[in-house]
Amino acid sequence: MIAMFFWAFVIGGLICVIGQLMMDVGKLTPGHTLSILVVAGAVLAGFDLYEPFVDFAGAGATIPITSFGNSLVAGAMSEAEKHGVVGVLTGMFEVTSSGISAAIVFGFIGAIFFKPKG
Amino acid sequence: MKPENYKKLASKYEPKKPVFKNCIRAFWTGGLICIIGQAVSYFFIFFFNFTEQTVGNPTVAFMIFLSMLLTGFGVYDRLGQFAGAGSAVPVTGFGNAVISAAIEHRSEGFVQGVGGNMFKLAGSVILFGVFSAFIVALIKSVF
Repeated sequence: MIAMFFWAFVIGGLICVIGQLMMDVGKLTPGHTLSILVVAGAVLAGFDLYEPFVDFAGAGATIPITSFGNSLVAGAMSEAEKHGVVGVLTGMFEVTSSGISAAIVFGFIGAIFFKPKG
Repeated sequence: MKPENYKKLASKYEPKKPVFKNCIRAFWTGGLICIIGQAVSYFFIFFFNFTEQTVGNPTVAFMIFLSMLLTGFGVYDRLGQFAGAGSAVPVTGFGNAVISAAIEHRSEGFVQGVGGNMFKLAGSVILFGVFSAFIVALIKSVF
């Protein structure tokens, strides 16, 4: 369990360093950086490389935005196994629904209760 | 002067970005957010019977809830100035992008302001994530 915390810290931190290097050295905007990281997560999932990474680093792999791409592919593939090519569309948000729903629900609640700063 | 030459000249006088320092900051703040995420994961595993494989979902939702509180009280933006990618790359940064856009545009009304602008910043992440996942899954399911 302690080892899991350690690897979550190291792997999660390293993914953030990659993002920081893309912004500082590659001179990309944060929007470009995050989009590229999401695509990278989806491509890694395509080669079945992201799941072992989650087993090994836990939240270090599920918290960075790369896991969003991985979960989209995972949802699409699990439906595709049942329904063929159609499942790619119907299963897309199967795993990521919690992130998107949470962002919408809490975004709206936040807009009701908080006033803009500055 | 040609634009390319001007760019070269301007970059000579630009202050150098402290890349190494930024990376150290991104590393430990991003890592710390993942440690909090790991603690939340164990909480859901022990008290709500999730498994190691399925625990990602409630953890992400809870982290976005935390990011709503921090964004609402103005803490997350200050953290972002310090941590750079360390606060932008974790899913809390995605939550922050949605929630701060929602709060910022509430003066334009809930339908046109909040509803219309909520995904202004985070939309590109969803677009490219979904589109690339579609291509990847399509290729995988055909072959």
